[in-house]
Amino acid sequence: MKALLALEDGRTFACRSFTGSGEAGGEAVFNTSMTGYQEILTDPSYYGQMVTMTYPLIGNYGISPEDVESGRVQVAAFIVKEYQDFPSNFRSRGTLADYLIKNHVLGVEDLDTRALTRHIRKSGAMRAVISTSDLNPESLVAKARQVPSMAGSDLVQHVTTKKPYFWKYNQPDYVPVETLSNAFVWRHRGKKHSVVAIDFGIKYNIIRCLENAGCEVLTVPSKTSADVIKALLPDGIFLSNGPGDPEPLTYAVDTIRQLLGSVPVFGICLGMQLLGLAMGGKTLKIKFGHRGANQPVKNLATGKVEITSQNHGFAVDLDSLKDKSSALSHINLNEASLEGISDDTLRAFAVQYHPEASPGPHDAAYLFNQFAKVMTHAKA
Amino acid sequence: MPKRNDIHKILIIGAGPIIISQACEFDYSGTQACKALKEEGFEVVLINSNPATIMTDPETADRVYIEPVTPDTLCKVIKAERPDAVLPTLGGQTALNTAIEAAKTGIFEEYGVELIGASIEAIHKAEDRELFRDAMNKIGLRIPKSGFAHNFAEVEEVAKKIGFPLIVRPSFTLGGTGGGVAYNMEELNRVAKSGLDASLISQIQLEESVLGWKEYELEVMRDHADNVVIICSIENVDAMGVHTGDSITVAPAQTLSDKEYQVLRDASIAIIREIGVDTGGSNVQFAVNPENGDVIVVEMNPRVSRSSALASKATGFPIAKIAAKLAVGYTLDEIPNDITGETMACFEPSIDYCVVKIPRWTFEKFPEAKDVLTTAMKSVGETMAIGRTFKEAFQKGLRSLEIGRAGFGADGRDLLPDSVAGTDLEYHLSTPNSQRLFYIKYALKHNMPITMLYELTHIDPWFLHQMKQLVDMENQIKLAGKNLPKDLLEKAKKYGFSDRQIAHLTHLTEKQVAQERKLLGLVPVYKLVDTCAAEFRAVTPYYYSTYETECEARVSDRKKVIILGGGPNRIGQGIEFDYCCVHASFALKEEGVESIMVNSNPETVSTDYDTSDKLYFEPLTHEDVLHIVEKEKPFGVIVQFGGQTPLNLATGLQKAGVPIIGTSPESIDRAEDRDLFQAMMDKLGLRQPENGIAHSYEEALAVAREIGYPVMVRPSFVLGGRAMKIVYDESDLEAFFELAVQASPDKPVLIDKFLEEAFELDVDAISDGETTVIGGMMEHIEEAGIHSGDSACVLPPYSIDPHHIEEMADAARAIAKELRVKGLMNIQFGIMNDTVYVIEVNPRASRTIPFVSKAIGVPLAKLATQVMLGKTLKELGFTQQVIPPYYCVKEAVMPFDRFENVDPVLGPEMKSTGEVMGIDMDLGAAVAKSQIAAGQKLPETGTVFISVQDKDKEAALPVAKDFHDMGFTIMATRGTAAFLEEHQVPATPVKKVSAGRPHVVDAVKNKEIQLILNTGATSQTQRDGYEIRRAAIKYKIPYATTTDGTRAILSAIKALKKEPLSVKPIQEYHKQNV
Repeated sequence: MKALLALEDGRTFACRSFTGSGEAGGEAVFNTSMTGYQEILTDPSYYGQMVTMTYPLIGNYGISPEDVESGRVQVAAFIVKEYQDFPSNFRSRGTLADYLIKNHVLGVEDLDTRALTRHIRKSGAMRAVISTSDLNPESLVAKARQVPSMAGSDLVQHVTTKKPYFWKYNQPDYVPVETLSNAFVWRHRGKKHSVVAIDFGIKYNIIRCLENAGCEVLTVPSKTSADVIKALLPDGIFLSNGPGDPEPLTYAVDTIRQLLGSVPVFGICLGMQLLGLAMGGKTLKIKFGHRGANQPVKNLATGKVEITSQNHGFAVDLDSLKDKSSALSHINLNEASLEGISDDTLRAFAVQYHPEASPGPHDAAYLFNQFAKVMTHAKA
Repeated sequence: MPKRNDIHKILIIGAGPIIISQACEFDYSGTQACKALKEEGFEVVLINSNPATIMTDPETADRVYIEPVTPDTLCKVIKAERPDAVLPTLGGQTALNTAIEAAKTGIFEEYGVELIGASIEAIHKAEDRELFRDAMNKIGLRIPKSGFAHNFAEVEEVAKKIGFPLIVRPSFTLGGTGGGVAYNMEELNRVAKSGLDASLISQIQLEESVLGWKEYELEVMRDHADNVVIICSIENVDAMGVHTGDSITVAPAQTLSDKEYQVLRDASIAIIREIGVDTGGSNVQFAVNPENGDVIVVEMNPRVSRSSALASKATGFPIAKIAAKLAVGYTLDEIPNDITGETMACFEPSIDYCVVKIPRWTFEKFPEAKDVLTTAMKSVGETMAIGRTFKEAFQKGLRSLEIGRAGFGADGRDLLPDSVAGTDLEYHLSTPNSQRLFYIKYALKHNMPITMLYELTHIDPWFLHQMKQLVDMENQIKLAGKNLPKDLLEKAKKYGFSDRQIAHLTHLTEKQVAQERKLLGLVPVYKLVDTCAAEFRAVTPYYYSTYETECEARVSDRKKVIILGGGPNRIGQGIEFDYCCVHASFALKEEGVESIMVNSNPETVSTDYDTSDKLYFEPLTHEDVLHIVEKEKPFGVIVQFGGQTPLNLATGLQKAGVPIIGTSPESIDRAEDRDLFQAMMDKLGLRQPENGIAHSYEEALAVAREIGYPVMVRPSFVLGGRAMKIVYDESDLEAFFELAVQASPDKPVLIDKFLEEAFELDVDAISDGETTVIGGMMEHIEEAGIHSGDSACVLPPYSIDPHHIEEMADAARAIAKELRVKGLMNIQFGIMNDTVYVIEVNPRASRTIPFVSKAIGVPLAKLATQVMLGKTLKELGFTQQVIPPYYCVKEAVMPFDRFENVDPVLGPEMKSTGEVMGIDMDLGAAVAKSQIAAGQKLPETGTVFISVQDKDKEAALPVAKDFHDMGFTIMATRGTAAFLEEHQVPATPVKKVSAGRPHVVDAVKNKEIQLILNTGATSQTQRDGYEIRRAAIKYKIPYATTTDGTRAILSAIKALKKEPLSVKPIQEYHKQNV
């Protein structure tokens, strides 16, 4: 079915839907990972975004129930060069098209994704609309300009969990909200580190990695207050990734400020931006973001380079933390942007990239063990 | 950490001659390494015996030793040069083995030389299967159940434990020589034997078969700070069981989810760390069970490889260059990424296109060999194609192969449906072979379901489905016929269909399709290979075509010239032509003209992103080239350097209005067309062997009678002496005439008087239209009748009368003038009975240009390019022939050890894959060097076996006498022995194979023979000779199949006995020419 993608700056791209009719709006971004489309589709950080994969052939290995990073498809729409309707992989349980249709997400193909990517690189990530019903460029561009802007909106409320949950049998095991005020809620107290993960849009694999590092993770809604969290007497607090702009999330920054120093804190992606804000730094929107699985990050402590998985459109302004230069732990090798912060006295550290990978390389997986170690030290 | 400053002089070991499994990818990686290290201010010393390489140009390294790549040479060069370090990881298995052997002598310790790139320990750990298995177990990785055997008792014992089928892999070999699959004990005995023979340490591994598993390769790089990155993942279309060099491969991996890919990535990193490759690139191969994802490590190469060359071209990431920089101390985060200019080499390339590599086989050259692909590599070259979809890249790859196909069939060359049914079809699907892809197509045409195709081929259903989509599209186009709607045409182009295919399906001409298409605005766009999927701006213009909306080609308004490359390597057309293309590019740069390279061969220097100002990685077909010309609008196109491939395009391109510079296509035709050529010879008063044309056997008979036997019979319009035979009498004529007709149906058969026992010479010349200068004259060691590509030759000539030399030079000048040659020209002369004959004229770059250029120290291809741009030879300062005071010997390297059952006898059809050069002041020593470099182990004592045809007996006598005088024992078959005894040369008689045992082959096996001279006609009655020659190959005993060849070996042995061979850099030799 014919479709059209319109960008807010007036450029349009012809394409075809492979998921039937529909119309969707969001911010158009690109991801350079060559594998992991299902993880990307279900990553809550992509909420409100239309993702184009730079790798042209997508759908090759189908869809598998194990490869989800949240309970549903999160992207606003999915844009590929050539959709593959004949998946081949021993784990595949269905096609990408069926999966998107079931999740009511529009998928388009036959689009010059490299041209789109180059355009975004030059002009920045921007609002866009894809439609199979409105193929008029002018009206569609107008619609694109109506799409709410990312900056300034709290997108976290669309993706955070409504109810707290533990992690059991590789999926959420929900508990009633009222149990939260009870420090006896932990099931493995003493044997595992009790970690409260504040869910701004957490990826399941973060929970898996924490569990593998010897943590029992209780994931809580984003607006859970500092008092409630403190009452749980956690050994550590994890600040998750999530979609959009950190600045409107003042409630989260306040909570983090109140928690800082009490127990070790570890943050990833949006979690780092919130930690940065809580530490007095500033955040900014970057032109077209980092989305892919090949970003080199230098660990300033060891001098070694990690190849990292990334997905962010906002970042902590390096200059805003200049006076706390001891706090800088990782930088991006490509453009010297801030990739990690660490404060020993607060026992808090965070990274802008995704050590849980999924998709992407496992080079930074050591950070989960590092978090466990900090918690062990804190207890001693 | 920055560059080390404790080392200053680095010795790089090259790969030697082009052989199957070790081709010009090592010229590419070696050249990159030399350039990178020179750039860093190191003094670079190089050993490589292959003159056809850019690597051995005197400008590439400071001191270039064109000497045999052997431990002995390495030791001598170390003594002479006192390098601080030796880099052995860029010259393939040959360089690694040479370093390992030399290390055993203690030379590195003695001279305080450090091995950089990989330690001896790491090399051993990766290459020795027992050590490798232990290492893998240590890091929790599985390798196939296996056991080692050193003899047959052990083979049986291990086989019992593993069960059948199993795979035999010899330790320490290249390309899996001698390996194979065995389904039963009988087969195992055979395969195990050849495996034990092939292994340098007489050890084989018997391995659990993972036939049918999916095969993947990852290219890994590590620096000494332990940063590790994966450059590229490659998925083999062919399942396990086919050597990866013989597999169609795709980058990146297509059918792995991220979870499965990361398992392989983690494993690769663990492996490079455990093996201990401190710096540089490695290649890790995995087998993955398609049923459950189980992973098995197949092997690891602790060096750059054919796959790393492919990965470099596929991603734009220059693995060899970076490996060289890492070896001298840099870390990955300190080296910039040349392609983007703004990011660092410490990252993992992301690609936004699909790359398909397809091997090029030459089974037609070896009709006795079975066209079956196994774990021993047989292809001689490869082509790579880039597209935005697999389908597009796959079809581009197929039409780049130079096998006459325009894509995935649909080109009028598909076999007829009823001729490919039933068991024949199933056999060709289930037994991997060079034509299997096309059989898949036939099966799809027959509507064979993908599930069944998968069961027969074990090719992943994903790939089979892609192929099915192509067949479906073909059916749709055919159905639409002449009224092809735009949508469908556009989709067909996106699927990679060529105009030629569409023309065939719609019964239009290619030209009509192109016109129609262009009217509809359907032209390709060019996208960049940029390592980063457009995330960063790329500065290096490396392009491929596709049918999409945005074109990224940055067309300049500079004066520019397009060079058409040679496409995939094959026998008859190899690295020599790439060498010429690269020189053309260098010359253009020097002249301030923009150089644009078009080629489809990933192994080459020409397709390095910084060889030319622009690189179009595209098929060399009329359609694809014309598109580039239309985009770039060049001042001229050079067709005379890339061998036959661009020449075949010349006339068509010219007709389409493309400016061809240099010698005109008409002149090239004039030299190839029989009648025009005859007329020219008559006009210039030159003599050519009597000849005629035959359209039928009766005509052939008449022509042969007229000119007299022996005659040379050959088909017209073929390459490399394909199906060319020498016919001695009428009884053979009919059969060979038939062969010639089969090789080129509907074309006349050419019959020439064969100049028996004539001297043959190759002459390369350069001309600007006015001045013609002889580049070099090469006297063939073998008499006429051996293809010039297979014949050893000497520059300057050593036994030719000066007046003949003068006569040939005059003839060359006259021909050049007559043909208005602007550029290079090659002529073959024969001299018989004091008469000079012109055998062949080719007004274009020849295979010998690099050899001659190295010999005389003048870059002929570069000068020729400058001439094409309008310079005169006078302006360029090259007006005098250079005749060196030393001898340069070129020897061909044959692939007979790769093909079972093939008679290793030389003839008019070219069979060699590569060449080496031996240089010395003394002719014998130069021959000795060439023989050693070509892999012959020349004996200084022992027994020479002589068995010659009656006609060769007279000529063999003095040779036998000399061997006897030098203290060799002569062994001969009865007839020859009697003849020798008669002439006072003592000879021990030995039985022919057909005369009962023990016979001569037993003597070979018992190591009682050290050298073999065996001449034999090619007719099948010569079974005995065949057995002897095959045994010689198997047991690596030097052999000659011509008397002249034996005479050369004799002179070489004499030289060896006189004094040890010396080593000297080419730069020193060249100084003597002034």
